[in-house]
Amino acid sequence: MDLLRFITAGSVDDGKSTLIGRLLYDSKSILIDQLEALEKQSRNKEDGGIDLALLTDGLRAEREQGITIDVAYKYFSTPNRKFIIADAPGHIQYTRNMVTGASNASLIIILVDARNGVVEQTRRHSIIASLLNIPHVVVAINKMDLVDYSQDVFNNIAIDYAEIARTLELKEVTYLPISALKGDNIVEKSDSLSWFEGGTLLELLENVQVAKDIDLTHARLPVQYVIRPQTEDLHDYRGYAGKIISGIYKKGESVTVLPAGTSSRIKAIEVGGKEVEEAFAPQSVILHLEDDIDVSRGDLIVRSGDHPRVEQDLDVLLCWMDSKPLTEGNKYLLQIGSRRVRSVVKEIAYKLDVNTLEKNHSADQAGLNDIVKARIRTATPLPFDSYKDLRVNGGAILIDETSNVTVGACMIQ
Amino acid sequence: MSNYQLDYLDQLESEAIHIMREVAGQFERPALLFSGGKDSITLVQLALKAFRPGKFPFPLVHIDTGHNFPEALAYRDALAQRLGERLIVRNVGDTIKSKNLTEPKGKFASRNALQTFTLLDTIEEFEFDALIGGARRDEEKARAKERIFSVRDEFGGWDPKRQRPELWNIYNGKIQKGENVRAFPISNWTELDVWNYIRREHIELPSIYFAHEREVLEHEGQLVAVSPFIRLDEGDKISKKQVRYRTVGDMTCTAAVESVAFSIEDIIREITATKTSERGETRIDDRISEAAMEDRKKNGYF
Repeated sequence: MDLLRFITAGSVDDGKSTLIGRLLYDSKSILIDQLEALEKQSRNKEDGGIDLALLTDGLRAEREQGITIDVAYKYFSTPNRKFIIADAPGHIQYTRNMVTGASNASLIIILVDARNGVVEQTRRHSIIASLLNIPHVVVAINKMDLVDYSQDVFNNIAIDYAEIARTLELKEVTYLPISALKGDNIVEKSDSLSWFEGGTLLELLENVQVAKDIDLTHARLPVQYVIRPQTEDLHDYRGYAGKIISGIYKKGESVTVLPAGTSSRIKAIEVGGKEVEEAFAPQSVILHLEDDIDVSRGDLIVRSGDHPRVEQDLDVLLCWMDSKPLTEGNKYLLQIGSRRVRSVVKEIAYKLDVNTLEKNHSADQAGLNDIVKARIRTATPLPFDSYKDLRVNGGAILIDETSNVTVGACMIQ
Repeated sequence: MSNYQLDYLDQLESEAIHIMREVAGQFERPALLFSGGKDSITLVQLALKAFRPGKFPFPLVHIDTGHNFPEALAYRDALAQRLGERLIVRNVGDTIKSKNLTEPKGKFASRNALQTFTLLDTIEEFEFDALIGGARRDEEKARAKERIFSVRDEFGGWDPKRQRPELWNIYNGKIQKGENVRAFPISNWTELDVWNYIRREHIELPSIYFAHEREVLEHEGQLVAVSPFIRLDEGDKISKKQVRYRTVGDMTCTAAVESVAFSIEDIIREITATKTSERGETRIDDRISEAAMEDRKKNGYF
């Protein structure tokens, strides 16, 4: 049994919450008391029937206002796979929340209303999916019941979307006709969509190959913590604890510690208290080196000869997440993995229109939910990979040192 | 399957270990909240994997309401002793006395809400800046919205509208003096994941998790253990039943379920077949209102 993390993109009007509700309901992940609570609340609404959207709105303000404010996480499993859904809201602070939810997702479901086809919002969601480099894209053409389950409607939307996918270089796109409300082609095949030869949404989610999304070539291990018991019998024990974010480490291999650039060999690898010959992403390990070199939290241990870039000037695509605007020259803490360095935003090259992909070169500020291309200079050299090539070592956050709030998400180019 | 593929439990375990090590790396004075329940027992197992052969970089802390199951307390003490780790216990009863708090009244008067006072006092006493807890997002709707690193103000309060974005596997634990972070390593685990992990790791549990005979009071379809902490009234339906606990909280607000499960396998079978959620079946405190948990969290609760 493995694990798939996915995000759903769309607004309440597209039937996103209904879709999630349907997945949980039809896969029997909703239990009686939750259903009863739902029925109780649904009665307060005018239209009657069970409102599956209420399942994902966890906060009082959300239920009162009938909107989703924050990313919610939902869980369900089938015999072969456990699923983690990041449910990002459609209206408020969309970009910020969607970027957050998408950062860990291997798959995105983009909902399109069959009546409206590809709209501005579809474009925006797809642009964010491409910026965040989500490996698998599912275009779910919803509300097929309202267009008489028409194959032509479905085909035309798919043709329109293929153009977006081509422009954005989306890697793997699958199209599905569904009706979340009626349950067509979500968990069960539908007679109304008998012309559709593909599988159901759940079949797709169960079978999409996610193991290959983990990079096993470039070995990267950010050091989180140094374990030194300093007891009599473990006097010389010194283990570097961290999670392998990509690649494979083998006993005896030569490794380099960055940014210092010192090298040694792997003396031993421990996983969960047991010594192993090799370990791989995404395992949490303790590494022992042959030589007594300086290694501390925030360092990156890589396989010698396969190094990331170690630089102080970074070009990034930056999603701004704070209500205080970003201005050129502002200083922030930049955190990548467990490493924090002081940094300054030197220059904003352009602002990206997330609806049209147009670049505004005259921008020198970024406001909440803006995406800009920026140049950042760090106080000390930073080991990193390009986000496009190695997602796990190319994403960084900016922290406002006065408020301590996370204000920006960087995709390093 | 290639050799380089991790099972879902291994992935969840690795993520949890990563979160624990981030807490250890980012904070001066962290603590692990330990109750003797299965979720915090799972946290201890994860801490062993994260830090052994070193000592835990944090003490275990238990906020004891005085209404706990004796079996859970015995387990707690034995575990801390066996591991040689530091255990700090603070009693809600002492806070009630020293701060002149009013004991809740009623049939199932619960000290659950008062725990927050003792917790905040304990945080102040030891100057804890981070507390690791066993909350899971599948438990409850408000929890589903909380970050893995959840920043709380000096009153322990959670402000759902001011949460920090949490991206990739990067955790921002920077706080002002007086604030603290609640860190939830098993956020992404479900109840069944926890049980499967307990089975896989052969983790020992307090005996109340398994079927046993107990005198219980039937109240609105829930079975509450007869104990000195609940008020018995005339006409109460009391009987001996074979039960187990699905969650372990206070004796006053945790209900038992009828069960024939004597092993972890039996329990997993029963849970897979059940039609009621964990908190819905066993937590009397969540039934008060739709936003019961959200309100408690805003007031400093876990």
